[in-house]
Amino acid sequence: MEYFLQQAINGLTLGAIYGLVAIGYTMVYGIIGMINFAHGEIYMIGAFIAVIGFTILSMLGISSVPFAILIVLIVAILFTSVYGWAVERIAYRPLRGSFRLAPLISAIGMSIFLQNYVQVLQGARVKPIQPIVTGGLTLMSSSHFTVSLSYIQILIILTTVVLMVGFSLLITRTALGRAQRACEQDLTMASLVGINVDRTISLTFVIGAGLAAVAGVMVTLYYGVIDFYIGFQAGIKAFAAAVLGGIGSLPGAMLGGLLIGLVEAFWSAYFTIEYKDLATFSILILVLIFRPTGLLGRPEVEKV
Amino acid sequence: MLNLQGVHTFYGPIEALRGVTLDVAKGEIVTLIGANGAGKSTLLMTICGRPRAAEGSIRFDGEDITREETFSIIRRGIAQAPEGRRIFARLTVFENLQIGATVADPGHFASDIEKVFTLFPILRKRRDQRGGTLSGGEQQMLSIGRALMGRPRLLLLDEPSLGLAPMIVKQIFAAIAEINRAQGLTVLLVEQNAYHALRLAHRGYVMQTGRIVLSGSGAELLANPEVRAAYLEGGVHA
Ligand SMILES: Nc1ncnc2c1ncn2[C@@H]1O[C@H](COP(=O)(O)OP(=O)(O)OP(=O)(O)O)[C@@H](O)[C@H]1O
Ligand SMILES: [Mg+2]
Repeated sequence: MEYFLQQAINGLTLGAIYGLVAIGYTMVYGIIGMINFAHGEIYMIGAFIAVIGFTILSMLGISSVPFAILIVLIVAILFTSVYGWAVERIAYRPLRGSFRLAPLISAIGMSIFLQNYVQVLQGARVKPIQPIVTGGLTLMSSSHFTVSLSYIQILIILTTVVLMVGFSLLITRTALGRAQRACEQDLTMASLVGINVDRTISLTFVIGAGLAAVAGVMVTLYYGVIDFYIGFQAGIKAFAAAVLGGIGSLPGAMLGGLLIGLVEAFWSAYFTIEYKDLATFSILILVLIFRPTGLLGRPEVEKV
Repeated sequence: MLNLQGVHTFYGPIEALRGVTLDVAKGEIVTLIGANGAGKSTLLMTICGRPRAAEGSIRFDGEDITREETFSIIRRGIAQAPEGRRIFARLTVFENLQIGATVADPGHFASDIEKVFTLFPILRKRRDQRGGTLSGGEQQMLSIGRALMGRPRLLLLDEPSLGLAPMIVKQIFAAIAEINRAQGLTVLLVEQNAYHALRLAHRGYVMQTGRIVLSGSGAELLANPEVRAAYLEGGVHA
């Protein structure tokens, strides 16, 4: 029981990170109907900015942890926003309206470029940082097992909840969110009511990048080590999360992220860590067989 | 107010507009009639830059808008209720009207939406329903309402009577005449229902395979034997 609870906590934490990245996939898919294959790299860049940022801040002698995290988050979001914006401008916009495979290939190219770019700048070695958020709460303790919830896990889960609530409000309540939903449904009509479609699409990439940056910072704090390859690994998982939840659906991305995090945690705990990806993708395939549009995806039946 | 000079528009190799020249003066209702495939919808869309005119010029208030982005053309005060209605199916009726007001001053929103609800009371009842669940006629009303929410000075209407009961058509045409009279709204109206449209309009143009082949006052076109033969005979002119 204690062991189970501990895995649930670990899975939720991991799932929160996948969920944040998955939102970027699902939003971009929603608005332009294409997968942003460079999105995982944006998350990786967020993590690298975190490593560099925390290192610089500690050299400057900044000792307040909340302040350091805040500064790093802001810097990471700013930088990755620019990368997200650039990905759209370079890999997607020039190819909008051409055959569907073209932007996909250019995005994969962009992804390889970003990976190599970080590798050249930062080296291929694993980057560690000093633990920044330490300690935690002991939830339960029996003679042979202790269930703990570390402060960093609390931070990750809280940040994710706050971002997801804020983000849902943005989509459902604001003019920008309405414009995004309109663009998702009919780009031409959206422009006919006076929406700046290009800007709305850019902002969608930028917002997705910002959320991925937060996930990158969090994962750096959580694991303490990163390398230039994490973008691909987390990207694939988050993409699977978005598909599992129903690509295009925001609650679906969050749910998919959580489920994949939990599956990974439990599989690694009760079976073997080697095959955790196999487990994740088997579940994805099973769900898609019975619900091809994912758990919360909508079947496309609408009166035109 | 609106002036097209020798406008050509292509869909790939298909030349849908073959040198269209047309004028709409401030405060006028101008109608555009023509057979299926003549290029009427293409003309309205070309005015909004989708697709863009390949040749010729489009001026609005004397300024060249031929190469302008669609959203900034709309910001100048042009709104369109396009062919096929194009309601945002997953937005509610209210949200569709909100999105129609994208380019309008937010201060007018409450009174503008009240006007639309007065014009089409059924929309008030459907306020929180998704656009995609409305009937065809209700969607048509929503499409016109959405266009009006943008507070346009020039309203482009593409077959607003399509799929509507004769009673509602009368009501919509009366509403167009009323808005035109009271607020001086300029209207360019594409219609299959040529009889009603020509009765309503100050002037009309007849299109055939991408060209304007006839123009004149509504009454003149109604009396023209060619127009009668092609667009009016056999119709019910109630
Ligand atoms: N998206 C498109 N791609 C290719 N050809 C098109 C497209 N839209 C219209 N056309 C062609 O352009 C021509 C003009 O079409 P348009 O829709 O403007 O006609 P219309 O006068 O509005 O007809 P209707 O009365 O049937 O609505 C037609 O020959 C049509 O096949
Ligand atoms: Mg048409």
